[in-house]
Amino acid sequence: MDATGSSNKGEVIYRHSATVRITHWVNALVLLVLLMSGLQIFNAHPALYLGAKSDFDDPILAMGTVDEGGTPKGVTTIFGYAIPTDGVFGLSGNADSGYVSRGFPWWATLPGYRDLAMGRRWHFFFAWLFLFNGLAYLLWSLGSGHLRRDLAPSRQDLAHIGASIREHARFNFPKGEEAKRYNVLQKLAYLAVAIVLLPLMLLTGLAMSPGMDAAFPALLDVFGGRQTARTIHFISATAIVLFVVVHLVMVVLSGLWNNLRSMITGRYEIKPAEEKP
Amino acid sequence: MSAGRKLDRRGFLARGLAAASTALLGGCEELSNQDWVKRILDSGETLTYAAQRALITPQALAREYGEADLSSDFKANGSTNPDDPAYVTHAENGFADWKLAVGGLVETPLELSLAELRAMPSRTQITRHDCVEGWSCIGKWKGTRLSAVLERADLKQDARYIVFYCADMLGDTGTEADRYYESIGLEDAFHEQTILAYEMNDRTLPIAHGAPLRLRVERQLGYKMAKYVMRMEAVESLGGIRGGRGGFWEDIGYEWYAGI
Repeated sequence: MDATGSSNKGEVIYRHSATVRITHWVNALVLLVLLMSGLQIFNAHPALYLGAKSDFDDPILAMGTVDEGGTPKGVTTIFGYAIPTDGVFGLSGNADSGYVSRGFPWWATLPGYRDLAMGRRWHFFFAWLFLFNGLAYLLWSLGSGHLRRDLAPSRQDLAHIGASIREHARFNFPKGEEAKRYNVLQKLAYLAVAIVLLPLMLLTGLAMSPGMDAAFPALLDVFGGRQTARTIHFISATAIVLFVVVHLVMVVLSGLWNNLRSMITGRYEIKPAEEKP
Repeated sequence: MSAGRKLDRRGFLARGLAAASTALLGGCEELSNQDWVKRILDSGETLTYAAQRALITPQALAREYGEADLSSDFKANGSTNPDDPAYVTHAENGFADWKLAVGGLVETPLELSLAELRAMPSRTQITRHDCVEGWSCIGKWKGTRLSAVLERADLKQDARYIVFYCADMLGDTGTEADRYYESIGLEDAFHEQTILAYEMNDRTLPIAHGAPLRLRVERQLGYKMAKYVMRMEAVESLGGIRGGRGGFWEDIGYEWYAGI
């Protein structure tokens, strides 16, 4: 397949630069480790609070067990409403190893067994990789114009948000010239993750550090206290997981192999616009 | 591209993903037990310590709160009632005959009673206690400035760490290896908010929170703040002490520097 493409296969363009490809995959791996080791850390005290301190009687979210006729059942309590989550949150396990009270199940945590110290080692080491990788991406994006050229939505883009949402709802993806650029929903989603959610993870993470709080007390004021920062850290991580789910669905629906290839080799095939139904 | 090949590729991808996720889950578990992996991950701690030391000035204070912020239910974690016979005897006696021993690399070894400690320069502070588990409580602490004790003992030139030996046993091996101990560097030892607390929330420090004396190191996590401190020792290196990592929790894998 040559770079200019042929009429029946569509044009092949060079879509993703090496920097985007490398930082994308590093970030994917790093975020997975951070998520799973983060859930290990969360499991040490599976409850969330608002403010500077923990009001143990009034968590906004808590995973635990309730007694149901002599058997413990996993339950998740959000703002006082108890939701049965037996087998997943609060209580999980299997017939072989037995059921144990824990926040997230073994398959979601790193390590799978309960080991806060090890979870912290994984988390903080990968947090450094996350920082270096993220800085490399952001600095390159600013310097090369990637941010301004490919990600910042134009006024015209923003005017077409409604149309773009309708197109997406019909699983109708841009073809031809339009497919050479990110569409407005992609731009907004990527921007939200790259310059809002991921930096927010870092900052709320730092706000949980008693050392960093002494150096930068503003961290506590900006996020409304250490426990609120911890809660935002959790919510923001959840938002990133949701983004990844939608991202993966979109990757599959809009051409799995073409998308995967473009994020590995950089080459992306543009389907001719006339094929549009 | 034929449909068959496409299906093959899909099957390959599905199997690949399944294998990858199993390998990742099992692999990371396996990796967590490898010493070389632990060493690589430990380099993160070295980096964190260096970065925080560079960013946090020696004078930077942990946030102090107001009376209204005090936790109504300050969680007592770890040991809450040591059963060490000598400790129990002191506790029954209201710690009247108890003395804090200060030794190691000092010019003047000390033995300080609670009355003597109370007569030394003190500090009162309302601070947030952050547990490594993730929760926080706010308490009011009054105690002897550790710097005052160390100045009176007069550290020798080569002293680099202060080690705190405690009365409580936290492990389950039934040996001296269970006994709690902790250590901090001199920068934290001489920090303004580092105190040996004998009062909590305007009352004599309760046993559940470490009576008669509990260390407060406000810019680090709760496990650094040793309860039931019986003896302090100035040392040059932590290597020869117990597990060699500088504390009960450190010896089982937690970071010595707990600023994060």
